[in-house]
Amino acid sequence: MQINEIRVGVSSCGLAAGAQDVLNLLKERTDVPVLGVGCIGHCYAEPLVEVITDAGSLLFRNIQGTTKDIDAVLSLNTKNNPEKQLHIRSERTSRENLRITGLIGKSEPVDIDAYVSFGGFDGLKKALRMAPESVVDEVKQSQLRGRGGGGFSTGVKWSLLAAKSSGDKVIICNGDEGDPGAFMDRSLMESLPYQVLEGMLIAAHATGATKLFIYCRAEYPLAIRNIRIAIDKVRELQLNAIGGTPLDIEVKEGAGAFVCGEETALIHSLEGKRGMPRFRPPYPTDSGYHGLPSMISNVETFANVPVILRDGAASFSSVGTAGGRGTKLFALAGDIKYPGLVEVPMGITLGEIIYEIGGAEPGSVKAVQTGGPSGGCIPASLFDTPVDYDSLNSLGAIMGSGGLIVIGNNRCMVETARYFLDFTHRESCGKCTFCRVGAKRMFETLEQITAGDGTKDDIAFLEDMGRKVKAGSLCGLGATAPNPVLATLRYFRSEFEAHVVDKQCPALECAALCDVTIDKALCTECKLCLKNCALNAISEDYVVDNDICTRCNSCIESCAQDAIARVKAGQGYRGSVEREVG
Amino acid sequence: MNTSSYLKQFAPEKGNIIKGLQEIQQREGYISREALDKCADYFQIAPAEVEGVVTFYSQFKRVKPGKYRVSVCDGTACHIKGTPLILDWISTELGIGNGETDDAGLFSLETVACLGCCSLAPVLSINGEIFGNLNRKSTLRILKRFKKAGVSNAD
Repeated sequence: MQINEIRVGVSSCGLAAGAQDVLNLLKERTDVPVLGVGCIGHCYAEPLVEVITDAGSLLFRNIQGTTKDIDAVLSLNTKNNPEKQLHIRSERTSRENLRITGLIGKSEPVDIDAYVSFGGFDGLKKALRMAPESVVDEVKQSQLRGRGGGGFSTGVKWSLLAAKSSGDKVIICNGDEGDPGAFMDRSLMESLPYQVLEGMLIAAHATGATKLFIYCRAEYPLAIRNIRIAIDKVRELQLNAIGGTPLDIEVKEGAGAFVCGEETALIHSLEGKRGMPRFRPPYPTDSGYHGLPSMISNVETFANVPVILRDGAASFSSVGTAGGRGTKLFALAGDIKYPGLVEVPMGITLGEIIYEIGGAEPGSVKAVQTGGPSGGCIPASLFDTPVDYDSLNSLGAIMGSGGLIVIGNNRCMVETARYFLDFTHRESCGKCTFCRVGAKRMFETLEQITAGDGTKDDIAFLEDMGRKVKAGSLCGLGATAPNPVLATLRYFRSEFEAHVVDKQCPALECAALCDVTIDKALCTECKLCLKNCALNAISEDYVVDNDICTRCNSCIESCAQDAIARVKAGQGYRGSVEREVG
Repeated sequence: MNTSSYLKQFAPEKGNIIKGLQEIQQREGYISREALDKCADYFQIAPAEVEGVVTFYSQFKRVKPGKYRVSVCDGTACHIKGTPLILDWISTELGIGNGETDDAGLFSLETVACLGCCSLAPVLSINGEIFGNLNRKSTLRILKRFKKAGVSNAD
């Protein structure tokens, strides 16, 4: 076999796993083209190398920048290291439908010639031959709904902006992806910057917009870099000359505020102000950036547009269900075997994504968290639910932007709810009283419960305050902040009750509600735990004093015999009890 | 280059304040009182208004960070995979709490919302370099490496 080309995945997750060294070493060692390509979504196999030979393509997984690994790739020697070869499982390929992300991994993300050679900008060219109204109609007919979480009809949004007769109009691409646990937009901006820009340019033609912004979170330096390079190339080739004059395209970096994902807050941030949301109406399409008619859509929404134009609305809407057309990207992470980015048709069940694509063991999963801090935890018993906007809403969760965090049996749901409220109460901008004070009180109550100081009244308080915060908040942040708590109470009430009534954490995660013990039958008295305990909580005869121990797990992690474990509260030794008795 | 001279690359419009502050933080590591005043001066707005913007966005730091900025990801995927424990280990090893800088100015410790590498959870970054799939052993090894580099580079 002869090698024609080598591709190394160098998006953020690949780089984090060490792909830069692999790329550099391969370039040094061979004369065939070595390309740094985008993320093909198999993050569990990073750093991932694809070798294109005259007899087809070979994938190598977890390749490190070592001579041994590089040799294995260049010699195509898979016999000696079968574990280094990646066979993409049919459970995944049979369910995926790569309509939006199909071009990822085939070329360097900022190589515009390659993008064009794969049919890039065909959608834009087709749109420019059509009347703007016909383009809006095409998007309406596709039934595309906003991918940022709201699920509003994209075509209707476009027609609202197009109907404005005023001179300057603004289009904003929302790449603020503030949901912890979501990385769809990062992947698209890093790996397919031209496709996102193409979608925005089509929207500009359809609506008559004159100024385009891309608002990207500052935590995504590679996405910002690739988008900036792509904008320069688009300008060079004058692809931004819509309607005769070149459009202004500007990248603005966010500065770490979750609430800026909300459209009116995002506009304030673009204007250089604190990102506080305001009351709607007026909607941004009436009065947005500096009072100009403005339309805001998510990165993934724009990435769908070139595909709709290229293949036609009918082809697009042939995939999916009535509750959502087309495909959706999901960032799959948490307690599963194969985390990564997947693109699946709407209507696929949660179970198919989690068990088949994600490779989670049936029985090992307790719940899945959808929609980040605005969403909810759906229990494993409801995993036959189809994934679309309406089905997930009916369960008290939301589709959100597409983060799916799988929660294993060994995690505490009360702690998970506390975590989300910790996040949202800190991210509250402070404008509405219920969100500012109510979410904080909810967080404090959850802190008490996980610290073992909760009462039954606290559960009733959480439900009552949750409803009030939802009703009394202006923007999406406050209106959805209680969701993780309310959904958890709905499906995992017994865990809350165990915390407040029995003073036990069934998952043994809450430090105040569990003890640590050493199993003398397994212990070899190697002293490793003694050495690793910063607080000297372990005595010379290998007994953990749970009064001193902070449950930091240092001893558990250091024990080679698995002799140390967390146990139910009250089962471990407590020095103070001994002292009292003595 | 001083603060005023590199702010000149931005048009003195209010919409560029965040860009200006990001440039300051990139170059100086934090937003000092002096830099804040110069920013207010350049963009022709009250220092209180700049302060309002600085405190609203979590990216901006008002305290000088250490030579190595340890950012532990507390995104959902990382959190359920053990961020609280990792934070605890680092805190014990470095002797500083979340949001603090050590006396020698070598390390500062913070949590960040999400680094977007959820499939490698739990993750931390030190001055932008990302380390994934952490456990106690690898976390302590990484800290040791930077400690050694910091000490040998010291004047």
